[in-house]
Amino acid sequence: MTRLRVRYNKRGRVRFLSHRDVARCLERAVRRAGLPVAYSQGFSPRARLHFGLALSNGFESDAEFFDVDLVDPGPADPGSADPVDLRSTMERAVAGHLVGAGGLAERLSSVLPDGIDVAAVVPIAAGTASLQDSVEVCTWQFRLVEVPADALDAAATRLLDRDRVEVTLIRKGKQVSEDLRPLLGEHSTRMSSEGAVLTIDLGTKPRSVRPVEFLAALDAPELIGNVADVRVLRTHQWINLDGQRCEPISLPRPSTHAEERAS
Amino acid sequence: MTVPTAAAQRFEPVRTEPSGSMWDQLEPLLARVEKPARYIGGEDGAVRPDWSRRAPGGPVSWLFTYPDTYEIGLPNQGLQILAEIVTEHPDAVAERAYAPWIDLEAELRAHGLPLFSVEGHRPAAMFDLIGFNLSAELTYTNLVNLIDLAGIPVRAAERSEQHPLVCIGGHCTYNPEPVADFVDLVVLGDGEEVVSEITDVVLEWKASGRGDRREVLLALARVPGVYVPAAYEVSYDGPRLRSIEPIWPGVPAVVEKRTIADLGAWPYPKNQLVPLTEVVHDRLNVEVFRGCTRGCRFCQAGMITRPVRERPAEQVRTMVAEGLRRTGYDEVALTSLSTADFSNITDIVGELAGNRPPADGSGDLCGPVSVSLPSLRVDAFGVGIAAELQKGRRSGLTFAPEAGTWRMRQVINKLIRDEDLYGAVDSAYSQGWRRVKLYFLTGLPTETDVDTLGIAELAANCIEVGRQHQRSPGVTVSVGGFVPKPFTPFQWFGQNTAVELQRKISLLRDAFRDVKGAQMKWHDPSATQIEGLLSRGDRRLGPVIESVWRRGGTFQEWSEHFRLDLWADAMAEHGLSMDDYVHRHRTEDEVLPWSHLSAGLHHDFLWQDWRDALAEVGLPDCRWTPCYDCGACTGYGIEHVVASATPPAGGSQGTGQGLSWTPDSRPVPVELGVGARGRRSS
Repeated sequence: MTRLRVRYNKRGRVRFLSHRDVARCLERAVRRAGLPVAYSQGFSPRARLHFGLALSNGFESDAEFFDVDLVDPGPADPGSADPVDLRSTMERAVAGHLVGAGGLAERLSSVLPDGIDVAAVVPIAAGTASLQDSVEVCTWQFRLVEVPADALDAAATRLLDRDRVEVTLIRKGKQVSEDLRPLLGEHSTRMSSEGAVLTIDLGTKPRSVRPVEFLAALDAPELIGNVADVRVLRTHQWINLDGQRCEPISLPRPSTHAEERAS
Repeated sequence: MTVPTAAAQRFEPVRTEPSGSMWDQLEPLLARVEKPARYIGGEDGAVRPDWSRRAPGGPVSWLFTYPDTYEIGLPNQGLQILAEIVTEHPDAVAERAYAPWIDLEAELRAHGLPLFSVEGHRPAAMFDLIGFNLSAELTYTNLVNLIDLAGIPVRAAERSEQHPLVCIGGHCTYNPEPVADFVDLVVLGDGEEVVSEITDVVLEWKASGRGDRREVLLALARVPGVYVPAAYEVSYDGPRLRSIEPIWPGVPAVVEKRTIADLGAWPYPKNQLVPLTEVVHDRLNVEVFRGCTRGCRFCQAGMITRPVRERPAEQVRTMVAEGLRRTGYDEVALTSLSTADFSNITDIVGELAGNRPPADGSGDLCGPVSVSLPSLRVDAFGVGIAAELQKGRRSGLTFAPEAGTWRMRQVINKLIRDEDLYGAVDSAYSQGWRRVKLYFLTGLPTETDVDTLGIAELAANCIEVGRQHQRSPGVTVSVGGFVPKPFTPFQWFGQNTAVELQRKISLLRDAFRDVKGAQMKWHDPSATQIEGLLSRGDRRLGPVIESVWRRGGTFQEWSEHFRLDLWADAMAEHGLSMDDYVHRHRTEDEVLPWSHLSAGLHHDFLWQDWRDALAEVGLPDCRWTPCYDCGACTGYGIEHVVASATPPAGGSQGTGQGLSWTPDSRPVPVELGVGARGRRSS
């Protein structure tokens, strides 16, 4: 059994797909790409794909992940005209090489809808913590058109200057009050051609702060008329590896120019 | 110009497309509505239409539209087939549209935006033809709503040259009269050939400067299978029809349906669409045959799609293997009106179940695949097939005995004995199924309470059979009210009133109260009543449909949106009687609203079959027995295309029982032509 971890993005009109829709697209894609996916046992076997933190309908992301279990491939077929030799790909994968351009990542992207592109595929060791368990923080970008960056920055600073950020929610039929403040991280604000861009880290433990919750906590109706009009992008998910903050799969750092274009 | 291949047709961002897209205006609205994924298109297999095709006057553009939500409409195979055929035409383009849900419709109207296509997000009025599939009567108000949302006058008579031609196809078009006011042309029967003939007529009209609208409609009315309602005049004699006569020169007195002789010549859809969001029937579908001659008398599909035309087994194998590889689906449905009757079913099943390698040597499929047969025959043979097919993943098992007693099943010609059903469920429970689903109709001709209660008795006995294999076997019973349909032997039958249907349902609910393990579901009798109204209505219902639509009565298929009061008010407002339209038995000589249309079936055949029904006489399946001249083959010079001359697993109905009524079953006559039986609704 080999477990691969896949990093992909979700950009453009596919942002309107739900987490479940994306999961189904990915399941079909691994089958279409010819990956020897492992199946669960039982009355109703399912492909063994493991998904990370859900991304709400309407949000974009440059940092989505899922894990997939593969059964070990049979011997290489010398007569195979397969453009990607699955066996050597897997062997390289198992040997710890990043499976890059021209390989699995491209093959998966080619069978996924436009806007969902696989950036990297790496093998992960048995016993690696699941994405759900290990991701502690996500970095989010909020884009607000026709809003001045300094006003947005002031609202965020005001929020982060508070000792407590109380939110009330219904849990198991009971109204409970929670403090979001410990889950709100560093922020920065800048102006782009498409409006003010606020970047902030939001924690996921013990529970994820939902981006709309954060927008509501800003309490700035003069800036945010309808939260549905705010464009939201997840840029990073962070795990803690021996005290070091890192991504589940890190990518080579893009040039400043590329970063600007992507935002 | 060559047709682009599927690989080159991946959806591209709208900014690279030619003008006409309203995506930029639409996008901000999508963030505010439920399930926005159903409006973005981008399905795998979707063709990016090539609007640059340089026919004189521009390419003929079709917008194939389903008058219900994307989730219901996208899987419609008919529209997918037609869109592919049009796309292969060198001078035509096709896109698709679906009814936006109520929230998006409100946003569109508030922002002055029209109905749009999902491929290019182009306004519907940009297209030359809007082709609607009508499969359910309760979508008629959505049809009107979508025409209006497209920015087109809802009444055909008020349209000008600049407006699209509104076209309808699908099973409801065998009586299109209730929607005759709203449509320009109606297509009867298989669309595979006629869609290109219509395209060619419109192409010529565009090339010659797109002149008078009547000119193109006249040319279309002369295409076999095409009915142009404006070319016919209906005269009335009080509440009855006197005649329906052509008033334009050269149009046929009777419009005949189209039938493709050889399904093997039409291996469509070649690239079934794989939606990005969940839809009904979300799986690969391969049609193994079209048409059915089992002769169930309540079943319109089995009457109007004759004769049986099987797809060659080799082609089925290829379509399944290639389809699964291309789509990544892990489920395939072999579709038809009764798939266990497919001549090569045993071979195909064996291969798919992995017992034998496919004949084309294509090796195994990617991962476990489950195969479903949407219509299972009620016998052990059917269950055996299902068990073999569903070794991978098991879905539910559904049987449709349709009626509770053998007498009733003789009347409707669904010749399944009680023992056949018990054999089937025994086979199912013994092979691990814990729950089976049974479909029944109530309100059938000659039905008595003995027949109705027979449903509960059958279900209870099924559970008893299951106890021999399982601790707590379950049965889900689904009961629908019977709606008589045009071109069936029951087209003359007065439908049960909603009150009577409700009484029967209550009777059954009481009977089921003591049956442990049984669960009963039923359809709303008042929705059944309106289905009946539209099923056999005439042109005088046009204003009724329009009134209901104007008062917000859309999505009538959805129980939470169905509004009986709107229909009742509109009928009263236009001085029409629900009883007369729905509950009245028709007489043999009566001019029916569809008497100027033909599904090939002789009037005499249908009337004789109606008499046989009342006499409880069964009729064998003509696919395996001599012809009894219903007209569907002889009238069009075509024949059954069946690979095997003997029925699979023996027996005309798969069970080999006698077909005539037995002395111990007593005929129960119905009164004909004089009012409705049962209690009336107000």
